[in-house]
Amino acid sequence: MTAASDLLPATRNALSLLLLSMADDEFVIGFTDSEWTGIAPLLEEDVAMSSIAQDEIGHARALYELLADVVADGRDADAWAYDRPPDGFYHARLLDHPRGDWADTIVRRYLYDTADAVRLGALAGSSFEPLRDLVGKLVREERYHLMHAEAWFERLARGGAEPRRRMLAALERLGPDAGTVLTPLPTELALDMAGILAAPFPELEARWRASVASVIERLDLQPLPPTRDPATARTTHSDAFRQLHEEFTSVRRIDPGATW
Amino acid sequence: MIAPTIVNEGAIRAALADVPDPELPVTTIVDLGMVHRVDVSRDAIRVELLPTFVGCPALEAIRSAVRDRLAVFGRPVDVAFTFAVPWTSDRIGPAGLERLRSAGIAPPTAPGVAPPCPWCGSDDVTLDNLFGPTQCRSVHFCRTCRQPFEGLKSV
Repeated sequence: MTAASDLLPATRNALSLLLLSMADDEFVIGFTDSEWTGIAPLLEEDVAMSSIAQDEIGHARALYELLADVVADGRDADAWAYDRPPDGFYHARLLDHPRGDWADTIVRRYLYDTADAVRLGALAGSSFEPLRDLVGKLVREERYHLMHAEAWFERLARGGAEPRRRMLAALERLGPDAGTVLTPLPTELALDMAGILAAPFPELEARWRASVASVIERLDLQPLPPTRDPATARTTHSDAFRQLHEEFTSVRRIDPGATW
Repeated sequence: MIAPTIVNEGAIRAALADVPDPELPVTTIVDLGMVHRVDVSRDAIRVELLPTFVGCPALEAIRSAVRDRLAVFGRPVDVAFTFAVPWTSDRIGPAGLERLRSAGIAPPTAPGVAPPCPWCGSDDVTLDNLFGPTQCRSVHFCRTCRQPFEGLKSV
């Protein structure tokens, strides 16, 4: 399938929800990480986190553009990103926590990047060509994020009392929401049937949990708990997200429809 | 400028070889292998480009630079970006690699591997930061000439 107009209505609806979830994930983690610009614990990390955040916002833009083509209701990528109320967002609850400290950021990045890599892997042979093409490009960039997250995850775990204490606290906060990136979407059956996604989400989540569990065991950290309240994995949002939303929509709200 | 009399793919590609990359201005979009397709019809020119990075902030600047450069052909110019073929760092030709090296930017190496120093050629180098001043670059340090340098990421 090369164009959204080739899709059956149920498939189009399911694909829209998948694209929305992926775009919102990248957008929200990108904005959250961009808050480190200027205040990261090391100059190198200031550069790294700013660059990663820039990548993620760019990935979100490309995904929102694809979403705009599929939904075709007149909204462009900017409208999807900036004109929805907080409750219209569909990112995973893992990304709904406040930025927190450096350990929160590394643990969130590690859990997200490993889960996202599994999701992208399941889309690499997608029957919807525009998504398959974009994913082919995204994975080449995301592997740098993954290397960065894995190196820091290990560094904090082995970094002595204070880094380890903070890391354990971050895992306790984020762990129950870690699985939300791969929690099944309500429309997932249509994705499987249309060959858009290579394997159902429960299978992807099991694969991801197995690979993360081996790292967690090696670093002697506590195992990840099952997902808390999976039914609302993407639909309830925190006050921290509402504040972030207030911030990232503020310029747009000053002059709606302005051209730059 | 006088409008060129021949308007064909070769002439368009030759003109595009003048368009610098805004973030690596020693090279051009042709050096970097960004030009995917050129279609010339009687009443329009269409150019398809491959973004080096998905979120590259220079895309709009490149689009308008291409339009400006091709305006001389006197036909409407449509510039589109596509992921139909992923841009990879091995699309950079020898001329592009040499121009990058002359500006102190090392050629792409596998992720996490530091390339030889573009200034002194030494292999005694360390990876300083996977990430750099633009999305496409990492930062390294040469222990021999004691200089930091940048290298392209391998994507």
